[in-house]
Amino acid sequence: MIRQLLLTLLLTLSTTATAAETLTVYSGRNEKLVGPLLKKFTEKTGIEVKVRYGETPQLAATLLEEGDKTPADVFFAQDAGALGALSNAGRLQALPKETLDKVDARFRSPTGLWVGTSGRARVVAYNTKKVKASDLPKSILEFTDAKWKGRLGWAPTNASFQAFVTALRLLKGEEAASKWLKGIQANGVRVYKNNAAIIEALGRGEIDAGFVNHYYLYAAKKSNAALPVDNYFVAAGDPGALVNVAGVAILQGAKKADAARKFAAFLLEPQAQEYFSQETYEYPLVAGVKTAASLPALSKVGSPDLDLSKLDDLRGTVKLLQDTGVL
Amino acid sequence: MTRRPPVGLWVSGWVVAALAVLPAVYLVVRAAEADASTWGLLLRDRTWGLLWRTLGLAAAVTVLAAAVSLPLAWLTTRSDLPGRRVWTVLLCVPLAVPTFVSGYVLLAAFGTGGVLEEALTRWGLPVPPVYGFPGALLALTVSTYPYFFLALRAGLLSQDPAWLEGARSLGLSPARAFWKVTAPLLRPAFVSGALLVGLYVLSDFGAVALLQYDAFSRAIYVQYEGAYDRAYAALLGLALVAVTVVVLVFEVWLRGRAGYHRSSKGAARAVSPVVLGRWRVPALLLCGAVVLAGVVLPVGVLLYWGARGLAEEGGSLLEPALGSVLASVLGAVTSVVGALPLAFLAVRYPSRLTLVMERASYAGYALPPIVLALSLVFLGVQVVPFFYGTLVMLVLAYVVRFLPQAVGTVRASLLQLNPHLGEAAASLGQAPSSVFRRVTLPLLRPGLLAGAALVFLTAMKELPATLLLAPIGFETLATRVWSATAEGRFAEAALPALVLMAVSTLGVGLLVSQEEDAPRG
Repeated sequence: MIRQLLLTLLLTLSTTATAAETLTVYSGRNEKLVGPLLKKFTEKTGIEVKVRYGETPQLAATLLEEGDKTPADVFFAQDAGALGALSNAGRLQALPKETLDKVDARFRSPTGLWVGTSGRARVVAYNTKKVKASDLPKSILEFTDAKWKGRLGWAPTNASFQAFVTALRLLKGEEAASKWLKGIQANGVRVYKNNAAIIEALGRGEIDAGFVNHYYLYAAKKSNAALPVDNYFVAAGDPGALVNVAGVAILQGAKKADAARKFAAFLLEPQAQEYFSQETYEYPLVAGVKTAASLPALSKVGSPDLDLSKLDDLRGTVKLLQDTGVL
Repeated sequence: MTRRPPVGLWVSGWVVAALAVLPAVYLVVRAAEADASTWGLLLRDRTWGLLWRTLGLAAAVTVLAAAVSLPLAWLTTRSDLPGRRVWTVLLCVPLAVPTFVSGYVLLAAFGTGGVLEEALTRWGLPVPPVYGFPGALLALTVSTYPYFFLALRAGLLSQDPAWLEGARSLGLSPARAFWKVTAPLLRPAFVSGALLVGLYVLSDFGAVALLQYDAFSRAIYVQYEGAYDRAYAALLGLALVAVTVVVLVFEVWLRGRAGYHRSSKGAARAVSPVVLGRWRVPALLLCGAVVLAGVVLPVGVLLYWGARGLAEEGGSLLEPALGSVLASVLGAVTSVVGALPLAFLAVRYPSRLTLVMERASYAGYALPPIVLALSLVFLGVQVVPFFYGTLVMLVLAYVVRFLPQAVGTVRASLLQLNPHLGEAAASLGQAPSSVFRRVTLPLLRPGLLAGAALVFLTAMKELPATLLLAPIGFETLATRVWSATAEGRFAEAALPALVLMAVSTLGVGLLVSQEEDAPRG
């Protein structure tokens, strides 16, 4: 036992000082989701990948603390807001144009500092035993109606939720956003820690509808196929139909900038894009790659016309959430 | 009375204390960046509301945990309760259950559509409310009472039986003798337990977030997670440090200046156990109820998750299990070693300075772990880059975070040790180091082991610092559980969580078996 412990210790110490072609990635994306894909990158390019997995916001905060002394070359983040916070702090370097150009301008940084790798749509998940899809409103704004009293759930600390509120502010104005937040609270909305907890509560019948990202449903159904929960997409162009992205960026001062560029390019190759669509049920962002069969096409989802890089105005959103008593 | 402490002790005490206040230093650096509007946010009414809610929860959990732990500690050390060792180990296990698992347990049991909720409703019984204050109180009490339990046990084990026997021989009934003699002598253990529980509640995030109780630590997380507003988060963190200071000052006042050690050498023998008689069944029921809530229910929920897809868990759990044990054992040993000079200085060389030094060890304890982790990221990169990204940083994080758990228990045992014992050995020509090794250390064993057990168990489930500071690729069971639950894959979380609990049980079992053999003289 002790020998094994010492061996582990030695191994951990030695891996901190390994060979030349090792790329260091900070991944705010879950290991269960992207681990296999990163292995494929190593198989394909021969570049070893060391990954620090964590929560996207906490890794972003870590990168801000580490500054130019960061050991990381690449940040693989779960939402555009975190990438925006790092670009505002001057921590990111430009990606090659040919990588950027693979993705629709809506889903990348206008200054070329990050690029979206997959799309994540906001949806209303609902309990199929208690609600019919035809009873659900066309716009997210109508959930302030009193008939939803005691039936709703949200996760206001969640980054995707805050990105949606930012979109709401930008599209409909501060006044409307504030009114919506207060209206939903007046309906006695239940507060959950994250999207997974909302899906779980929907399954138990604790609430009838909740504001989440579209793919949590599929992960939950893998554990329990009989879960009485389904996704509902509000009308195209509505703030509730926002499509946010997971994305990748190269850090300022990356020691392996070349390998990092290869990594970013790899995530936009058909193989990787298909992986996202088939394994994580996200939307591929490169033209020509098929969306998972159970999902409506990205064009039908109709994300509102909005520059995602503007979603980095998180201070304003958090302030609004605090002023309205949501946080 | 006050003598000058040896230089080595003095210096090592300051080094440990300096390490412990690192997170607070970081917070000052970051808070200095705050502008007027950020200060405005801090000073609005909501902050005070949060503060009251958080303090109320901390106080309630502390009282409830103490009420549960005292009978349990007494039963497992002083009575003829059947299976005392097994109960002792089982009663410690809840410390290793991550608080978000305890939260889920409550939800899965009593939440709408939960297993027990359905049964209770069918029988027409009221369902206890899980969200908000009651749920948070229950979940946090179940996961923190072992801090009290272990501290009180160590206190009871190192108490000289002669005191109690003296009281009995003077005609006091067993119950009166307990309240007149045993309980007052446990005051240091009580106080150390209360600090550990109360301040832990201030730092907890997992349970309050899941059970929807709005507390201070949640507000701090929101700033990092949502707004990347490090200045505001630092201000909130400093507010929490200020609360800690107030609590610590209050504790010094509460603690008094009484001596707790006996004046002559006691007999080196065990106290004869109290025969429970007809109290045996209620005693067993109490132990059973606590183990049911803290161990059986979580294991049940985990098995239920696991049954839905145990086959899905890919990869061996050996490596993360070794990683957990390695980091937690290193953290536990280092914390106890670090706690020794602080406890010695505070107990043997009491002065305002040594008191401040000992209190400083609590500086980082009440902070949400993410704050501590980020402070060590900052200091690691800026000050000791050669350690950054190595196991050294992770162990350091565990020490800074869990030091008070070791200091509290070591201090409580040291208070019961007569300094004249060491002086007698010294007068017989023993060198100070030899006195320490051959006399003091063996007598301190219950306290050292209890401290190590606390740190080991808490480190096993630690998450934010482990994710951010461990060498890249270094996995622990807790990070495995996290990576599965974060995406809602509860089935895959079950197996590593069960292994985490099993390994922790083994570890505590090993320590408790040591403790039972310890001299009690």
